[in-house]
Amino acid sequence: MGFQPSRRFAILSGLAAAGTLAVGYALTPFSTLGRARQIAAGDGDFMPAAWLRLTPDNKVTVFVPHGDMGQGTHTALAMMAADEMDADWTLVATEQAPADMAFANGAFAKGYLLGDMSIPQWLNGTTEFFGRKIAEFMNIQVTGGSTAIRLTGALGMRKAGAAARAMLVRAAAEGWGVPESEIAAKASVLTHAASKRSATYGEMAGRAAGYDTPDAPLKAKADYTISGTPRQRLDIPAKVDGTAQYGIDVRLPGMLFAAALCSPVAGGRLKSVDEAPARAMRGVSTVVKMDDAVVVVADNTWRARVALEALKPEWDDGANGSLSSDSIHAGMNAALDKGSFSTDFSEGDAEAAIKGAPRVVEASYKVPFLAHATMEPMNAAAWVHDGKVEVWSGIQDGLGGRAATASLADVPMDAVVMHQLQMGGGFGRRAFSPVLPSMKARHIAQAIAASKATGKPVLVTWSREQDMTQDYYREASVARMKAGLTADGRIAGWLHSFTERHDPPEATRIDYDVADRTARYVSDTNPMPWGPWRSVDHTHQAFYIESFIDELAHAAGQDPLAFRLAHLANAPRHKAALERVAQMAGWGTNEPGRAKGIAMREAFGTIVAQIAEATIGDDGRARITRMWTAADPGEVVNPATFKAQMTGGAIYGLTAALYGSITVEKGRVVEENFPDYEMVRMADAPRHEVAIIESGAKIGGAGEPGTAPVAAAVANAVFALTGQRIRELPLRQFDLKSGGKIARL
Amino acid sequence: MTQLIVNGVARELDVEDDMPLLWALRDVLNLTGTKYGCGVAACGACTVLIDGQATRSCSIPASACAGQQITTIEGLRTGDTLHKVQQAWIAAQAPQCGYCQSGQIMAAVALLNETPSPTDDDIDTAMTNICRCGSYEEIRAAIHLAAAA
Ligand code: FES
Ligand code: FES
Repeated sequence: MGFQPSRRFAILSGLAAAGTLAVGYALTPFSTLGRARQIAAGDGDFMPAAWLRLTPDNKVTVFVPHGDMGQGTHTALAMMAADEMDADWTLVATEQAPADMAFANGAFAKGYLLGDMSIPQWLNGTTEFFGRKIAEFMNIQVTGGSTAIRLTGALGMRKAGAAARAMLVRAAAEGWGVPESEIAAKASVLTHAASKRSATYGEMAGRAAGYDTPDAPLKAKADYTISGTPRQRLDIPAKVDGTAQYGIDVRLPGMLFAAALCSPVAGGRLKSVDEAPARAMRGVSTVVKMDDAVVVVADNTWRARVALEALKPEWDDGANGSLSSDSIHAGMNAALDKGSFSTDFSEGDAEAAIKGAPRVVEASYKVPFLAHATMEPMNAAAWVHDGKVEVWSGIQDGLGGRAATASLADVPMDAVVMHQLQMGGGFGRRAFSPVLPSMKARHIAQAIAASKATGKPVLVTWSREQDMTQDYYREASVARMKAGLTADGRIAGWLHSFTERHDPPEATRIDYDVADRTARYVSDTNPMPWGPWRSVDHTHQAFYIESFIDELAHAAGQDPLAFRLAHLANAPRHKAALERVAQMAGWGTNEPGRAKGIAMREAFGTIVAQIAEATIGDDGRARITRMWTAADPGEVVNPATFKAQMTGGAIYGLTAALYGSITVEKGRVVEENFPDYEMVRMADAPRHEVAIIESGAKIGGAGEPGTAPVAAAVANAVFALTGQRIRELPLRQFDLKSGGKIARL
Repeated sequence: MTQLIVNGVARELDVEDDMPLLWALRDVLNLTGTKYGCGVAACGACTVLIDGQATRSCSIPASACAGQQITTIEGLRTGDTLHKVQQAWIAAQAPQCGYCQSGQIMAAVALLNETPSPTDDDIDTAMTNICRCGSYEEIRAAIHLAAAA
């Protein structure tokens, strides 16, 4: 092995005090990915990223380099570290790690370096990843791709916890003059039984802090005492009494409040606006004209909004002013007809296999654009002062947000101070990696401009209408599926053609046994701003793939479950998940007026098998009464949170399947607020039973996998109930009693 | 001048007659526990109690609440003791991102005041707030827990 990284025991000033043990690593220095791979691959398992702090009062603080959007990441990561450390869980707290390179998410980088996963395209953008400097890649604290537990936790937190424990054991052994092997460490206490001595971890912290950090071995899973047990989330108490601080709650001395109106057409420009009507209104400080937006600053949000409404800006719509959902879909179909495909994957010869099959089944599907609609609309506060740009906002990616801010404000990274606050939902909307368009953070740009104009800190809060019409959408897309069936009902040849490819790589994979398979796509069909949306490409690909599998089962005259199982001889985990969910749901029996549909998806390392039970409401629309999920994440850290992510993720997917549709007319997004973009609410929410299968495989994600299969399970249930095959979402456009469409969306 | 009684304290505000209570609470009184979600009474994130009734504060002018008892999430606890609904919310681990939960809790408090032992149907009817994170099952469980407390 060539280059050896210097393992730097990094202490961040301000954190370290006398008698404090801080464990964390920074991998320094390296400059190219090739070199980094050499380093990481040859370096065993050691690149912990996150930080543990133990203070003399025996308290442990875990600094988490991910934002928590409600997935319980902070608690779960702390559980992993505390478990390895054998800490007393009641003495453990978490803090958001500062958006600083010292806390950069090295384990995230390592996951990719070691080939655990390929880099998600939404981080990659159009930049050639392999040509980029690793230093840039380290500039990531993203929360997305369901990576926190899989990478930071498995590769970072556990390592840091184990190292801390080893150092404390050594401190006790040396302090008492006894062999390390005679020291027991449990619940934050060190004991030496023979001499009846004991000390808290905190009492040994000072001595331990003087040691080099070892590459300590990890526990066997059987020895876990915290991981795998349900623990109350540490962030919850502040979320029931109004004290949790979200971005929108920032209040700074002298702070002003702003409202913004962006060009209604993506890419449009502000031509002119007469500011006078707003300036004349009570409480208004100023009107800021930006290239693509007008911002009104006042002494409270309401006054800013009322003043903004008094303005009549004129816009230059630019190239997108004539776009419509129809024209976009027509363009997608034309591109598929033309057939200049890129290959996603190809094994065997799908077209020949289909040609040779006695039966061929074909179907095309389409889905609309979707908005994220985080419960907390986009907002950011900025204060430009003394050569610095300070930003307060809820962001999924602290360092990425800092980089985006630096580019928006045209200042070096060092001049940016990022205060990362709680997020009222993220789902991909609040990720600002350096390689996503910085426009995505335009609320931050507006806050910076407003602060520059007033010299004060300014909080810009988007209205729901701005949030919904200025989003970065899950793309609309079209898929054409084609497969052959043999005489005995097996799939012979699988050809999956679709529009647009983002991330993750496995989103188009099928786990079913088909030797000849091709997935291919056309690009440049989506002129609307795109952003990752909970489970990214899985949202629509799972709908296409699992609906079409259902169609094939029907064409083969087979039960949809039996058909799937028959094609999973080589995928025992997938098979087990399906069998488990079928057993939970009582597959094969239905109550009168109800029927079940099944779907299965492996996403972000977790296999999710789902069954939805549908009925038809008086209005002719589908209702989902019950759901069952069997999920195999390999291993689970906090079972209660994992289940909540499965049920919550399913609600997110169900909202999309039943109601979700963003439409475009004259380049403008039509849906502006919840009455137009309806959500599943309490009365619509199915009772949902979740089983976790801990197969022992490498740990998978929780935040996104539960969303992926929902639409297909629901559409397949509707087919089982009515015989009507749903090839287009959302479902609310269909009158299932008459078999027709209720309304054009 | 608008006189408001918020969490038992009389407050005097110099705001326009049409300013929604939500913005008066958040931006003038700095009571930020009450959240903005839609501004059009469609999501419930801004729910507060006005004389015990669950009310969407984005869609009622502050001036219309003069003299009435306004309770926000900050005023629910008694001294150091959380309201039983807040306690149930922790026990059921209801919040995910948490942003909708102030409104959900206020709606649940009003429901339980009216209907101390609600059925699932009562909950479906009363609890119409959006939770984008989809924590409905946990919220339902929390309401039943609070009812039993
Ligand atoms: S903000 Fe008031 S109901 Fe949505
Ligand atoms: S907990 Fe996130 S919106 Fe309800």
